[in-house]
Amino acid sequence: MRSLLKVVTCCALAAGMLGLAGESRAQTYDVKSATMDAIKKRGELICGVDTGIPGFAFQDASGKWQGLDIAYCRAIAAALLGDADKVKYIGTTSKVRFTVLQSGEIDVLIRDSTLTLTRNTELGLAHGTVNFFTGQAFMVRKSLNVAHVKELNGATICVLTGTTLELNIADYGRANNIKINTLLFEKSEEAFAAAESGRCDGYTDDGGSVAAARSAMKKPSDWVILPELISREFLGSMTRQGDERWNILVRWVHFAMLEAEVLGITQANVDEIKKTATNPEVRGFLGLEENFGKKLGVDNEWAYRIVKSVGNYGENYAKYFGPLELPRGWNELYNKGGLQYPLPWR
Amino acid sequence: MIRRPSRRAYLGQWLLLLAVAAGGWIIVGNVGENLARKNLHFGFGFLEQESHFDIPFHLISWTVFNTYARALLVSLLNTVLVSVLAIVTATLLGLLVGIMRLSVNWLVRNIALAYIEFVRNTPQLVQIIFWYVGVLQALPSPRQSIALPGGILLNIRGLYIPDAVMDPDLDWLSWLALACLAATPFVWRLRIGGERIGRKALLLPVLALAFFAAGVDHLTYPELKGFNLAGGTQVPPELVALWMGISIYASAFIAEIVRGSIEAIPRGQHEAALAIGLHSWQRLGLVILPQALRIMVPQMTSQYLNIIKSSSLGAAIAYPELFAIFTGTVLNQAGKEIETISIVVAIFLTLNLLTSLTMNWYNRRVALVER
Repeated sequence: MRSLLKVVTCCALAAGMLGLAGESRAQTYDVKSATMDAIKKRGELICGVDTGIPGFAFQDASGKWQGLDIAYCRAIAAALLGDADKVKYIGTTSKVRFTVLQSGEIDVLIRDSTLTLTRNTELGLAHGTVNFFTGQAFMVRKSLNVAHVKELNGATICVLTGTTLELNIADYGRANNIKINTLLFEKSEEAFAAAESGRCDGYTDDGGSVAAARSAMKKPSDWVILPELISREFLGSMTRQGDERWNILVRWVHFAMLEAEVLGITQANVDEIKKTATNPEVRGFLGLEENFGKKLGVDNEWAYRIVKSVGNYGENYAKYFGPLELPRGWNELYNKGGLQYPLPWR
Repeated sequence: MIRRPSRRAYLGQWLLLLAVAAGGWIIVGNVGENLARKNLHFGFGFLEQESHFDIPFHLISWTVFNTYARALLVSLLNTVLVSVLAIVTATLLGLLVGIMRLSVNWLVRNIALAYIEFVRNTPQLVQIIFWYVGVLQALPSPRQSIALPGGILLNIRGLYIPDAVMDPDLDWLSWLALACLAATPFVWRLRIGGERIGRKALLLPVLALAFFAAGVDHLTYPELKGFNLAGGTQVPPELVALWMGISIYASAFIAEIVRGSIEAIPRGQHEAALAIGLHSWQRLGLVILPQALRIMVPQMTSQYLNIIKSSSLGAAIAYPELFAIFTGTVLNQAGKEIETISIVVAIFLTLNLLTSLTMNWYNRRVALVER
């Protein structure tokens, strides 16, 4: 009996080794991530987004979430779960966003949030990538005849609380020896209402959000966005520290959206290109060659699914910021004079 | 095991206490462990850091170089200011409406009823935002300020009152004025030759006013300068909206307490007052209200506590009170959730316990001494 057991064990071992030998051509990648496992088990990505700001994250007339940040949530779900619709959105105010992430209530925070040193260290957050390069901009009433932020001495500006903006204004005032009064609101609705009624002379936020704010005014043409940006506000995704592989996947989803634009792959032509592709870069991107997906802990079709269900970066920018009349500027691709670049797919 | 029931009860209580303490210990340990795992550290050292942000409305001086600790004090004073204003207003308004509610006049009685039902059946936050967005933001812009008598200007940015600049050489006069005010209630109760000074003590506040006026160097009037009005003192609309929102909401509940307390006074008291020939206001002021007060005080305490807690709704309309500044801006800039929240909780707890203590002391003073 015992010898029989030995034989069986030997056979099993040998079979296992053969199996491994066979596998070695297709190589396995050991990607361990507690967050990714939890998402797969749950069958749903929980994405922290803005409570509502045109361009980044807002609900359309039918209650469906739309926006650039939303596109990122959908892209991550498409890459990891195979379905861009498997996302639960949690609207977070600027005040609670980091706490919600730290406490594990959400998997990733994509909420037009500036990546900063303090947030990276003191707050224990891991930065992903910058999906929107902008700076702090000011919107004021045209009738005030202000052409430059320096002329705002003594003016009152509406701001959202718990943001980098509060510090920037105070620093700018100190540097230029002027005093800009602020009024701190928790939610944009009340802040917009206060600006509209004239309680404040203007509204400040990052460039994208100011454009969104202008579009929310009763008469957008009454408002002018001052050309000067007083800070760098590089907005992007954040995850919790301690799960490097999850952060890496989030980062490469962003690069996939950019790479698709670099390669000229769009939501409309991705199927066509997949059938006829000969360019090795394109074939690698779409998972016809190489193991880029597996190295990240997803399957090789991941980038194809992102483009198929969400589209590339440029398409999403045009879709969500086109209506706000916000030119791409810094967010143009690196080879067109902008700052957006995908790291090499090698 | 233990025969005597009282001993057994003791044992049970001690065991329970131990269990609670152990539970607390586990929670504290757990929090520490979780924080460490997220690379966060617990500590109050951040209070010493410079804050580098602006607080729009402050009672004491504030610059961006001040520390978070100072920000705590500034926002605490803002909270206390709106709470005190609201407590006084809500009490007066509640008393008035409560008495109106018992009026023999049909119209007066029903206006009070409608007021109470309308106010206490709509959410408080909605009311505050209504005052802020719906009422105060309909005021004209600074350039078209409404000029009120006495150099007072009213516009969407607030109420601008002429400010008295004191003569620095005569600042002892201000101190004298303050001393006069502080002494008034004590002098009121003094007795000279067995007779109370009483109303004669009201001379002191008048004197205080005179001292104050004598110390004024000149007045500054608000005038349009650039974007805003400069000079004078500004009462921001955020303060007014929050103050009104809280006071009116609380006044409806207080009115019901007042009505209930008055109705609890036995009918015989009314009849007795009538029998000795007091007219209606005397009946109310001399006989009914002093007795109703005893019933009112404990219930008023909880209304006052609610008012203090409601002040945190100011965060919604940009009033820089404790909750908005500390758990909003400071929490985000310093990244110390547990610390900032515990500080805010501790402060509200202290404020409310102090209020309770004061009200209980007052309650004991006015309570009937039963013999």
